[in-house]
Amino acid sequence: MSARAFRRQLVSRAMTALVVVLSLIAVLALVVILGDLVVKGASSIDWAFFTKSPVPAGQAGGGVANAIVGTAIVVGMAALIGVPIGVGGGMYLAEYGSGRLGFLVRFIADVLNGTPSIVVGVVAWTFIVKPTHRFSALAGSIALAILMIPMLARTTEEMVRLVPNSLREAALALGYARWRTSIKVVARTALGGIVTGCLVGIARVAGETAPLLFTALGNLNFTLSVTQPMQTLSLQIYVYATGPFDEWHRLAWASALVLMGLVLVISLTARWVTRQRYGRVR
Amino acid sequence: MITMTAALESHSYSFWYGPTQALHEVSCAIPRQAITALIGPSGCGKTTFLRSINRMHDLTPGARHSGDILLDSGSIFAPGTDVVDLRRRVGMVFQRPNPFPKSVYDNVAYGPRLNALSAEHEVPDRVERALRQAALWDEVKDRLREPGTALSGGQQQRLCIARALANEPEVLLMDEPCSALDPVATQRIEELLVELKQAYTIVLVTHNMQQAARVADFTGFFYLGRLVEFGETEQVFTRPTDERTEAYITGRFG
Repeated sequence: MSARAFRRQLVSRAMTALVVVLSLIAVLALVVILGDLVVKGASSIDWAFFTKSPVPAGQAGGGVANAIVGTAIVVGMAALIGVPIGVGGGMYLAEYGSGRLGFLVRFIADVLNGTPSIVVGVVAWTFIVKPTHRFSALAGSIALAILMIPMLARTTEEMVRLVPNSLREAALALGYARWRTSIKVVARTALGGIVTGCLVGIARVAGETAPLLFTALGNLNFTLSVTQPMQTLSLQIYVYATGPFDEWHRLAWASALVLMGLVLVISLTARWVTRQRYGRVR
Repeated sequence: MITMTAALESHSYSFWYGPTQALHEVSCAIPRQAITALIGPSGCGKTTFLRSINRMHDLTPGARHSGDILLDSGSIFAPGTDVVDLRRRVGMVFQRPNPFPKSVYDNVAYGPRLNALSAEHEVPDRVERALRQAALWDEVKDRLREPGTALSGGQQQRLCIARALANEPEVLLMDEPCSALDPVATQRIEELLVELKQAYTIVLVTHNMQQAARVADFTGFFYLGRLVEFGETEQVFTRPTDERTEAYITGRFG
């Protein structure tokens, strides 16, 4: 073997080893976080944890039922607001957004995508909480929706752009109007990718805390009223983890484990949907 | 002798992509219930002309035209012309098979359902008829629920032909329909074309001169955006009147 070939192989091996190590480090972070949560949180998870609301500070027992239900409501409403606008905007960008308006919308979406979530929280406080004189779950949902919309718009745009132009032409040549082509053929074809994007977006905002601090605020009691302050898991973790009681710390770890599990389930669903979509055809 | 009436007429039709002129004053009369082949080297404008006939250029930015194209003596550019209706009357089959990622049945049912040509209970009949016309029925009648993309390339192309036929068009535009197919699949499509001309006016763009000679009744030769020669296939291939046509069909360029 020549010296050149030897050197080339050596560099190749070293580089391979390097990327393997770096990947392991990246994966390690997830493993450590999950492991830590399981070790510290799993023991506190029992039936009462899911079914009871918090008890006054210092007492033992109680659960986070209010926060689990609150997370479902706040994130659910955020999805109801954010998904139609985000997906619709993405469709527009991909199918009609070649002009100046498209450029502007795309630019704004990109800027909004990079906006720190706490800024969105402050904005929601200014425009919703302050005029209505009350913190509310709805305000929190709107803040989360604002975070979700640019994410969904951009992923939807990417997914729709992947649809081959030949399919659009086929539909147009059959006498489909352009808008009908967009819905019946293009959106249908990209549906798997769009659903995946939505689930990833929902999982992202489900763990947000900062925008909720000024909007949903948190609530130690169980409530279903969306015009009242509402507890979410992320807010619960924030309050309990920074509080002075051991009992609170225990519940914070358990809540973190549940939240992490929730996000994981959503992400895995997204994976599954993607595979359904791309595994079936050819 | 039967006099052939023209299904399509082009009158001094010119076309521009932005500043680039792609077609220069194309005039011809495309006869009814016959196969007309458009041949010529790449970039000569034959596909541009084909796509003008069902106004597929409407969405091309910067596209404009002058002159006129008549379908059944009516201008396809006349104000008030419904493009959707035009495209129902003028079906199109593309270079590469492009079935929708749906079932075989749904692919063919797309047109009839949209155009409300038939009540929902008539759709199955129309689908079957279109698949039979496209000589695909026997191969897919037990697989109507399978995705159209699971068929072979040649079957997919016949599925696309069936999809176009289900609209019951008057004219069928075909843009190199065999260029992505093997010789056996090509032969099947060619046999199919000859059958279909009983009922349809077919305009066929092809790079394959043998194919034009085999199936076409009339042939137009495009060169540099001009329709250099147009006539009966026999005459164009054996006694071309223009020396450029002769040079092309004898393989001296192209």
